[in-house]
Amino acid sequence: MADPFFNEMYGAEGLRRPYQRLEGWYQNMPSEFRALKQAEAEDLFRRYGITFAVYGEGGDPDRLIPFDMFPRVFAAEEWRKLERGIKQRARALNAFLSDVYDRGEMIRAGRIPAEMVYRNEAYEIAVAGFRPPLGIFSHIVGIDLVRTGPDQFYVLEDNCRTPSGVSYMLENREVMMRMFPHLFQENRVAPVDGYARLLKRTLASVAPEKCDRDPKVVLLTPGHFNSAYYEHSFLADLMGIELVEGQDLFVEGDFCWMRTTEGPQKVDVIYRRIDDAFLDPLCFRPDSALGVPGLMNVYRSGGVSICSAPGAGVADDKAIYTYVPEMIRFYLGEAPILENVPTWQCAKADDLKYVQENLAELVVKEVHGSGGYGMLVGPKSDKATIEAFAAKIAANPSNYIAQPTLALSTCPTFVEEGIAPRHVDLRPYCLVGRDIELVPGGLTRVALTEGSLVVNSSQGGGVKDTWVIAEE
Amino acid sequence: MILTVLHKTRYEFTRPVGGIIQSLRLTPAKCDSQKLLDWEIDVPGAVLGTMFRDGAGDYIQTVSVRAPTNHIEVTVRGTVETTDTAGILRGHRERVPPLAYLRNTVRTEPNRAIHDLTEAALDGQDTASPLERAHHLAAAVAEALPYMPGATQAHTTAAEAMTAGAGVCQDHAQVLIACAHLAGLPARYVSGYLNATEDGTPHEASHAWAEIFIDGLGWVGFDAANKCCPNEQYIRLGSGLDAQDAAPIRGLVLGGSEEELDVTVVIEAQQQ
Repeated sequence: MADPFFNEMYGAEGLRRPYQRLEGWYQNMPSEFRALKQAEAEDLFRRYGITFAVYGEGGDPDRLIPFDMFPRVFAAEEWRKLERGIKQRARALNAFLSDVYDRGEMIRAGRIPAEMVYRNEAYEIAVAGFRPPLGIFSHIVGIDLVRTGPDQFYVLEDNCRTPSGVSYMLENREVMMRMFPHLFQENRVAPVDGYARLLKRTLASVAPEKCDRDPKVVLLTPGHFNSAYYEHSFLADLMGIELVEGQDLFVEGDFCWMRTTEGPQKVDVIYRRIDDAFLDPLCFRPDSALGVPGLMNVYRSGGVSICSAPGAGVADDKAIYTYVPEMIRFYLGEAPILENVPTWQCAKADDLKYVQENLAELVVKEVHGSGGYGMLVGPKSDKATIEAFAAKIAANPSNYIAQPTLALSTCPTFVEEGIAPRHVDLRPYCLVGRDIELVPGGLTRVALTEGSLVVNSSQGGGVKDTWVIAEE
Repeated sequence: MILTVLHKTRYEFTRPVGGIIQSLRLTPAKCDSQKLLDWEIDVPGAVLGTMFRDGAGDYIQTVSVRAPTNHIEVTVRGTVETTDTAGILRGHRERVPPLAYLRNTVRTEPNRAIHDLTEAALDGQDTASPLERAHHLAAAVAEALPYMPGATQAHTTAAEAMTAGAGVCQDHAQVLIACAHLAGLPARYVSGYLNATEDGTPHEASHAWAEIFIDGLGWVGFDAANKCCPNEQYIRLGSGLDAQDAAPIRGLVLGGSEEELDVTVVIEAQQQ
């Protein structure tokens, strides 16, 4: 029987080129050796302190996210297309953001409903009319992609706020290189370790105009209770910048300062890993002890840059998502390179009717949901589950969107019996500053349970090293 | 009319606090109904940031004291020339789209009583214009909440004020915002000053009201507490989603202790 899913290693015509040199590797690997290597990988991750939570999913912080040693591989020409598509999307999302906080031309042109933008919870009144340095709102854009065929990629969602998981991309590579150095001699794998340098350069490039020196960049974390704290400290370390909490910073006059043993030091750029609502108790939630009181005043008067900009989230909501191809046409005058997944919005009567009649074939998600929670995978659900979900949709239609169940590609993955295909997705991290940068790679998540299409780590997902084979 | 303002806000702490930071929305912006002749903010012992204008068109300024202190005093002195524009906000430079003011906060979230009030006020008004509907809502709020200082506190929500059955200008404004939102009208909270008149109507010199967005007219002020639209007796300081968001002074004390707040506002009409 033909495999209904595209296998990225063994396609319809057999072994695909990017994976050529990996066949012998796994076939000749004795099972004891494999067990040994798996234990070594776990040991390394534990030593690095890398923990479970990806994408703010929560979960037990002491549990390791399962790492699968079988790499996921892209050919250079495959990556070239992805890269163009990702950068195009990142540009369009930023153009949209700087437009909706300015004149709203796309809305005036009738290309997106005003209500959807301005009534969106993530639309931040506090930054309306404000133009951040270079007009960039989202400096790190995480774009979640899935593949359904040799040339078919779909964007599942955009993440314009503070996408996490990039530390896994870097650590997975590090661990693989330590464990299988010869693989990297045999395969010309493009390096990803330039990410931290590019991230720092991107952040420095959006320093306020007032800054007339080498910009002082800091990473603002909610603290070690946060599930992504490991990543915060890891990135700060790699960039050689300070990891700070709200209490380490203060506002005085027109600037934001960092307390140091040598007295206050002016801060120019804040890479924040805390949500808008907690950034500044004098502007947003007054009970936030995580932020910096007065920060938004300094930001809006051009004394400090905040990355990503408060309010950037209005571009990555699941309802706004359906308009991203339109953004690309409207702002860039280009045809979208990457496709969106067709999406039905239950808020629309016609869409709702279709969704209700075809629930068994669809994937239904909450508009503001994440982490694979609160969703229905129609084809994988029994009748009772579907009926219960239908009632939830009927009670609050505008809270749901539906998409067809995609035939997600698979990649060989180590299992008890050897290797077996498992479904994967991909999150590359696009950096937007004076330049737009994308390291060749990203985070591949894999659904370790046989047949499962849900790759979230909270739902039994793992991660893989992601390779882009350099040009021959 | 020429109005003079003297507004002193003094915070006293029982024990010295480690520092204070405040965001001030204490400078009126120019528009058709008001023109600043002179205006001055003085906060002895504090560092003042440069004033900037936010997207809603309000002037914002940061004030901070980093050394331990047991008090802070903010003094505002100024003179404004006002004109009656029938409550319509004209010539005000702002960038926030009115549709963004259809959202509620905890303080303007409607309860059953606010739903009922809105429904009753708009009963039979299907053909009424948005402006007429807004007037009906303001009148209904004034009737539902008799003016009664002490019935509510600074943090009282619109829903809580309805339960209390009485309130002050802040409660009138927040309930009216909740009603307007239910009626599909963008609405926001405005803080400012009101010149004391002699006609016996209740008022406070430090005042608040609501603005409702009416297509074709723009933002229109509704002072449910005084059953009128703002006129030349009013000075507009700034706006926000609710009382907290539009507060003239929003502050935070580091290493807080018991605080005592003393506010005096004197508004006077200059003889011409």
